[in-house]
Amino acid sequence: MQFGIFTVGDVTTDPTTGRTPTEHERIKATVEIAKLAEDIGLDVFATGEHHNPPFIASAPTTTLAYIGAQTKRIILSTATTLITTTDPVLIAENYAKLQHLTDGRVDLMMGRGNTGPVYPWFGKDIRQGINLAVENYALLHRLWREDVVNWEGRFRTALQGFTSTPRPLDGVPPFVWHGSIRSPEIAEQAAYYGDGFFHNHIFWPAGHTQQMVDLYRRRYEHYGHGAYDEAIVGLGGQFFMRKSSQDAVNEFRPYFDNAPVYGHGPSMEDFTEATPLTVGSPQQVLERTLGFRDYVGHYQRQMFLVDHAGLPLKTVLEQLDLLGEILPDLRKGMAEGRPANVPDAPTHASLVAAAGGPKDSTVYAEADSATGHRAEDADGVDEGIEGTA
Amino acid sequence: MTRLVVVSAGLSNPSSTTLLAQRLTAATVEALEEVEVTHVELRDLAHQLTDQLLTGFPGPELAAAQAAVAEADGLIVVTPIFSASYSGLFKTFFDVLETGALDGKPVLVAATAGTARHSLVIEHALRPLFAYLHAVVVPTGVFAATDDFAGTDLDSRIGRAAGELAALMGKVSRVDTVVTKRRTVEDEFAAVTPFEELLRQASHGG
Repeated sequence: MQFGIFTVGDVTTDPTTGRTPTEHERIKATVEIAKLAEDIGLDVFATGEHHNPPFIASAPTTTLAYIGAQTKRIILSTATTLITTTDPVLIAENYAKLQHLTDGRVDLMMGRGNTGPVYPWFGKDIRQGINLAVENYALLHRLWREDVVNWEGRFRTALQGFTSTPRPLDGVPPFVWHGSIRSPEIAEQAAYYGDGFFHNHIFWPAGHTQQMVDLYRRRYEHYGHGAYDEAIVGLGGQFFMRKSSQDAVNEFRPYFDNAPVYGHGPSMEDFTEATPLTVGSPQQVLERTLGFRDYVGHYQRQMFLVDHAGLPLKTVLEQLDLLGEILPDLRKGMAEGRPANVPDAPTHASLVAAAGGPKDSTVYAEADSATGHRAEDADGVDEGIEGTA
Repeated sequence: MTRLVVVSAGLSNPSSTTLLAQRLTAATVEALEEVEVTHVELRDLAHQLTDQLLTGFPGPELAAAQAAVAEADGLIVVTPIFSASYSGLFKTFFDVLETGALDGKPVLVAATAGTARHSLVIEHALRPLFAYLHAVVVPTGVFAATDDFAGTDLDSRIGRAAGELAALMGKVSRVDTVVTKRRTVEDEFAAVTPFEELLRQASHGG
């Protein structure tokens, strides 16, 4: 079982002081948070992707590479990578590069994005959101698995004799999760490929999570990747902890009441009851988190949102320290009653082992071992650009 | 058992909007004989409606009301007229319904106002809203100004509209579904579109 944190990189005014951090402060704070996440023993740090204020979450692989250079162990991931509006060729290149630089400490989570104007900014149509996610990922999946790709689809320029570089580290593509709150098509997509499924979980009632995870597990089994309870499931979570639960409630309430997503709506009491948000003592957070299994079954990855709604960096780091204190109990609790056939989340090492060991995947511009094609041989390729190896 | 849901957006208590809703309900029940009636008073759901606008999911009582609407064989909807249209509270209830929830459902539209000058709101605001939602709106809409509660003319319009609704509801429950309903999220959970089909749709339209 993996534990981690995920951030959306929002630049939000602290409602208790009226102060808004600068972009620079928020970007540097993200790095501090990720480094402490490794220090307290977390397994995963994930960043979101946004292309508009008030977020600093553009260029996720730049952030992750910088963090990767300053950490040793933590897995670098995304929450989410916009598979709809980002060219799958660039995703293939950027994350394979990140995988090499960090010696395989990379996986990523596909999402469609919920900011309408982002689609037209990147030349896409939001009404095609599901279709974009389906087709773009189908291409990405091939780019990481076939040395030379010929492709024709609806949403991007055709590719002839294209080799995405660098090739995945050790010949093993990064593990992919697909995130969605209530689109059955995405649970189906994750199941079809045998990829992981992640439910954001936070901000939503448990019923949504349960319904999506159940569908994903059923279809994972249908497509022959494993049994219902062997599918790879991740969940989000959200907490604010203090040693005394009343202190937690008092301190977090102004942040809750003014939060960008749910602020000025339901009361904190109603929202903590309706969604996974827990505001209270470490013991309460521990118990609530261990209860998620009651409606999704034993799962593989638990991520927490700790740095949003204008919480100052100091507070966020304190939250991480508290999380570090309950982490051993979280691990112990999650291990209890866990059937032996429930797998861990795939890592680079486990995927390499499953593939029969590492192999050099470099394309030396010779014939592709699977198809016999050479990039230079493909129709319509400008020889002035290709064939210089 | 035929299921009738009555949605009333009256704000005061007692409310002329709710009063009109009750008279329409009584007339429809009489025309239908066996019918199960669920009343949805939007005033009681006002907080949860605003919350759903902000959070994207309904509180428990609102979720129950939405489920009742989804399972209804017919609806009576009644709003007070505010600023020459239905009230914001009334509109919000229909704004946050799942897409397709009203597909093919017979709906009787009704409104109350202080004066008869607003009577065409039924035709100019309510009817287009429910046309957009793919409901089947009965031909007679019922508008009641304050004065109408004194006369007997309102009774005949209530009777006519209720008769029209009852006739449509009877048809719908007998033939099950005479219209093509859009696929809802719940339909998709029950029988998911296989991925190969999703892939085909993505690349070839659909």
